[in-house]
Amino acid sequence: MDWTILLQQIINGISLGSLYALVAIGYTMVYGILRLINFAHGDLLMFAAYAAIYGMTLFALPWTLSFPLAVLLTGVMGILLDRAAYKPLRDAPRISLLISAIGASFLLENLALVMLGGVPKGFPRPEVFGKVIEVLGVRVQVLTIYTPLVTLVLLLGLLFIIYRTKVGMAMRAASRDFETTRLMGINLDRIIGITFLLGSMLAAAGGIMWAMKYPQVNPFMGVFPGLKAFIAAVLGGIGNILGAVVGGFLLGLGEILIVALVPGLAQYRDALAFFVLILVLLFRPTGLMGEPVIDKS
Amino acid sequence: MDKRKRNLILNGLAVAALFGVLLAFDQFGTNYQVRILNNMAIFITLAVSYNLVNGICGILHLGPNAFITVGAYTSALLTLSPAEKQMTFIIEPLIWPLSVMQAPFVVSLLAGGILATIFAFLISFPVFRVRGDYLAIVTLGFGEVVRVLCNAFQSVTNGPLGLKGLHPHTNLWWSWGIAVLTIVLVTKLVNSSFGRAMKAIREDETAARAMGIDPFKQLLLAFLISAFFSGVAGGLLAHLITTISPTLFTFFLTFNLLMMIVVGGLGSTTGAVLGAALFAWGGEALRIVESPIDLGFFTIPGIPGMRMVVFSFLLMIVIIFARRGLMGRNELSWDGLMGKLKVMAR
Repeated sequence: MDWTILLQQIINGISLGSLYALVAIGYTMVYGILRLINFAHGDLLMFAAYAAIYGMTLFALPWTLSFPLAVLLTGVMGILLDRAAYKPLRDAPRISLLISAIGASFLLENLALVMLGGVPKGFPRPEVFGKVIEVLGVRVQVLTIYTPLVTLVLLLGLLFIIYRTKVGMAMRAASRDFETTRLMGINLDRIIGITFLLGSMLAAAGGIMWAMKYPQVNPFMGVFPGLKAFIAAVLGGIGNILGAVVGGFLLGLGEILIVALVPGLAQYRDALAFFVLILVLLFRPTGLMGEPVIDKS
Repeated sequence: MDKRKRNLILNGLAVAALFGVLLAFDQFGTNYQVRILNNMAIFITLAVSYNLVNGICGILHLGPNAFITVGAYTSALLTLSPAEKQMTFIIEPLIWPLSVMQAPFVVSLLAGGILATIFAFLISFPVFRVRGDYLAIVTLGFGEVVRVLCNAFQSVTNGPLGLKGLHPHTNLWWSWGIAVLTIVLVTKLVNSSFGRAMKAIREDETAARAMGIDPFKQLLLAFLISAFFSGVAGGLLAHLITTISPTLFTFFLTFNLLMMIVVGGLGSTTGAVLGAALFAWGGEALRIVESPIDLGFFTIPGIPGMRMVVFSFLLMIVIIFARRGLMGRNELSWDGLMGKLKVMAR
């Protein structure tokens, strides 16, 4: 194969991988604290994409204003989701929490379907991201280059919050032991709220970039990115933020490269991620970078 | 009269009454009513067998759609005649042994159930290595993988085009007969020592293991039986709607089943029956919210998709505020009913 084509595919893979990584971080953060697969996390991605569209079309905001607003709104949505669907079930069996998450996911999707219609909407991509430039002899869209950069900046910001601030310390404590954290005088509900806020905002950033990459926004667009990002989080070791990022990049690169190298596998692409998941769970259930999960009952 | 004998007679009477009602609908009911009753019976079969894994064993398995798919395709491929199959598979011909095989309906249903069971056996090893959320996502993954394979293996499943023109073999007798059979067998299993072991695993797996129960064996048993009945129900479903394609068996189907058993009460067979019946009836009754409502001077346009909003909202309300559902873990039994009657008579 021509090396420029290979390079092109690697760039695409990194770009897709960074989107998976952004969404995977939210899964891993929530799982670390609540031991819950937040099934509705993928749908927040869809919410962000719609919020950005309506910000730009309905309210005629410039994208520099509409995007941050959409991200903020999705963060608030994440907090609301926790308050409505998960908080009443803190002491309930895990199976109830999971069913509530599945219900919330379906509710968000179908509310969007009823309120916004099932016809896919085009995403009005700002001119800045549509430009095509040449890198190392390969022509790529600016967006493809920006996506991993944005991911990197957001990741550094998140790591700063988690490892250098008091809130972050409380979050790390809560992921170890609820009771002790509470005894230390920490308001757990606030910490869980902040976790949802941060995770949802990252998913929103991922969602907006996803919508620019594949400019078809529909109520069910979040389902597959959500599932795959979750698998990326498991691959990297759930509960570990750097692991989620590594898992995201590996999955994104793997999906693109396998299809590029063996075109016959293209129709199995969506099954590939689940295959990876099953292999990981069989041979290394803690993921690549994970520590053994502490069972918080 | 001892209680066993009385219960047996009462059960016989109840089944006879059910089939009397069915006969009445078969003779005098409209097509629409018969259709709903058929749906109801198939949902009951699916919900009761799904509840065996989710409610009785207490593990969240999200892939019954995979078993239903396997059952539906197997039985559909067996009842179509070789000539019909040649007509349907226009893009890629059907592979050899399947292309010349034809079997009567009952054999095809059994084959569907057996193939679904074999499939369940194959996936059980990775599935039962994990628990909780991981098990949920792995089973969900297998459900998706089956759908992807159905789209990809054109020479077996005819790909996205699906299979058309199946014979409408499913009638009230088949669907309700199998529903009753499923209820009887699952109830027998739940009340046996196997059922008690499964419930012990649900309550505390470590304690159950300490009592000498092998969780893998018990869970596998429940999983396989559940898969068998789901496969049979898949065959019934295929011959009821007469057209199947991969889009029919998405996670959406699993979600509906989950809703039935949660609303009915996780862990109760009676609850699963009630949930399925309510869903089949409610799904039709709720069509009102999707069709335009004429107020004489003003028409509210119907909103398609509104039913799913109502359903998912209902699921969340039940799981948050009434986690026990309609029945909790209780069963409706003659002993219980008689006890109530005696109290009332006093």
